Amino acid sequence: MLLPRGIRIALRVATGLTMAFIYVPIALILLYSFNASRVAAWPISGLTLDWYGKALANAGIRDALVTSVEAAIGATIVSLVLGSLIAIAVQRYAFFGRQTLSFVVILPLALPGIVTGIALNTAFRALGLDFGLITIVIGHATFCVVVVFNNVVARLRRTSRTAEEASMDLGADIFTTFRRITFPAIRSALLAGALLAFALSFDEIIVTNFTSGAGTQTLPLWIFTNYQRPNNLPLVNVAAVFVLLLSIIPVYLASRVTSDPAATGRT
Amino acid sequence: MRSIAAALYRRPRAQLALLLAAPLGWLVVAYLGSLALFFITSFWSVDSFSGKLITTPTLDNYAAVLSAPVYRTIAVRTLVMAALVTITTIVVAFPIAFYMARMASARTRGILVVSILLPLWSGYLVKVYAWRLILSQGGVLNSVLAPLGLSGPGYSDVAVWLVESYLWLPYMIIPIYAGLERIPTSLLEASSDLGGRSWITLRRVILPLALPAVVAGSIFTFSLTLGDYITPTLVSNTKFIGNVVYDFMGIAGNQPFAAAYAMVPVSIMLVYLLIARRLGAFEAL
Repeated sequence: MLLPRGIRIALRVATGLTMAFIYVPIALILLYSFNASRVAAWPISGLTLDWYGKALANAGIRDALVTSVEAAIGATIVSLVLGSLIAIAVQRYAFFGRQTLSFVVILPLALPGIVTGIALNTAFRALGLDFGLITIVIGHATFCVVVVFNNVVARLRRTSRTAEEASMDLGADIFTTFRRITFPAIRSALLAGALLAFALSFDEIIVTNFTSGAGTQTLPLWIFTNYQRPNNLPLVNVAAVFVLLLSIIPVYLASRVTSDPAATGRT
Repeated sequence: MRSIAAALYRRPRAQLALLLAAPLGWLVVAYLGSLALFFITSFWSVDSFSGKLITTPTLDNYAAVLSAPVYRTIAVRTLVMAALVTITTIVVAFPIAFYMARMASARTRGILVVSILLPLWSGYLVKVYAWRLILSQGGVLNSVLAPLGLSGPGYSDVAVWLVESYLWLPYMIIPIYAGLERIPTSLLEASSDLGGRSWITLRRVILPLALPAVVAGSIFTFSLTLGDYITPTLVSNTKFIGNVVYDFMGIAGNQPFAAAYAMVPVSIMLVYLLIARRLGAFEAL
């Protein structure tokens, strides 16, 4: 479509401003983590790496970091298995309730997170489960399943069934066919789904707040309980950078793994 | 192993059962079961002396939600906020989505899509916290605005509006971009061949075709704003639905009331999803 010059320039400027709007706060938190001063006043007084050393030496942050990594790995494994099973069932079989199943899988993303959080909290209490790493993993897995499911379904939709049928016609049983044909076809989709699930789990707080016990803290929870303590402000900034990096890098890798950038979309 | 494979080959139903046993068990027990229990809890009550749950069904929680003016005010405030955030994100997202879909080169488009997906997926709490620093008394915004004789919104409802719009903007850009990209170029050419100027083409061709995508994006902006309790806690002193639910789950220790009040955003979202489906938003997801 041929647009008048003025409109083209305006759209270009709007795009630039929007990107700046999205990235300036992210850049600022990186900058603040090197802030020499204890307070958040602007402009910052000088740069230092001290807080990184202090943050890594802080037992609370270290424990929270380990918990977050454990929870993210646990949630990733659960959602890889469940997400790909559902994806294969929905995409390769016809059965009653197929549409409903696809809808239920997406529901944890469409309903406000606080609803998932308090629903799980109520259920855990009713079952008498001890709150801790396990309950955090269960909570994260409920919404991480979606991203694996979406990636694998999108890939299966694009892969023709003929290769699988040919494999079976040539005498391979269903396990061999999965190992030699289906799995290689969905491998990179699984990897992208796993990376996104890890990222989603790592920076989650809305559900985690209801599914972690008093004794277990993820890194986002540590930030949430410490951001109001003036003494801890520099450490909170560094913890925030950890959370940011450990969630943004997997997402970036996921976008590189799948050739199709739209596959990393929510949908 | 071979005999299992052979047996399964002849029985696609058994294959399906094996595939779905674990995921269905998980979804039904862990997720739908919890949701059902959460719904049932909203009809329970709490003994004011012992703090124990009373499982005799009652409508008291719903009566309190509907009759107490304070809860109505908070619900309306949250709803208005969700609507404002949705409108803001549509207005801000449209130009950049249009640029990406219709003007940018394939290379630039790829870079832009990834740059918008990165913050969509990551750093929710970190971004809210960054805004808390930006909006603080001696923070970036105030010191930038000071020479102009202005000051930022501080921690307030305006701050909540700003931060929620910031957080959910990528969720609006991506669907609108995808929707605009799907519009066949031939339609735009036809419009201009028939004498439609850019403005007419935008209003009569592009906007109607992009509507399902906009509605799809608004499902996210609306739902995410309705349930957010972190942003209001960090950048305002006002209570939204999420804060009330959070307080009743925690400090007040009244799960049944929290569940009843959380039914407000749930019912709003269910109605919203029904309308969205009618507008064709699910196909645009």
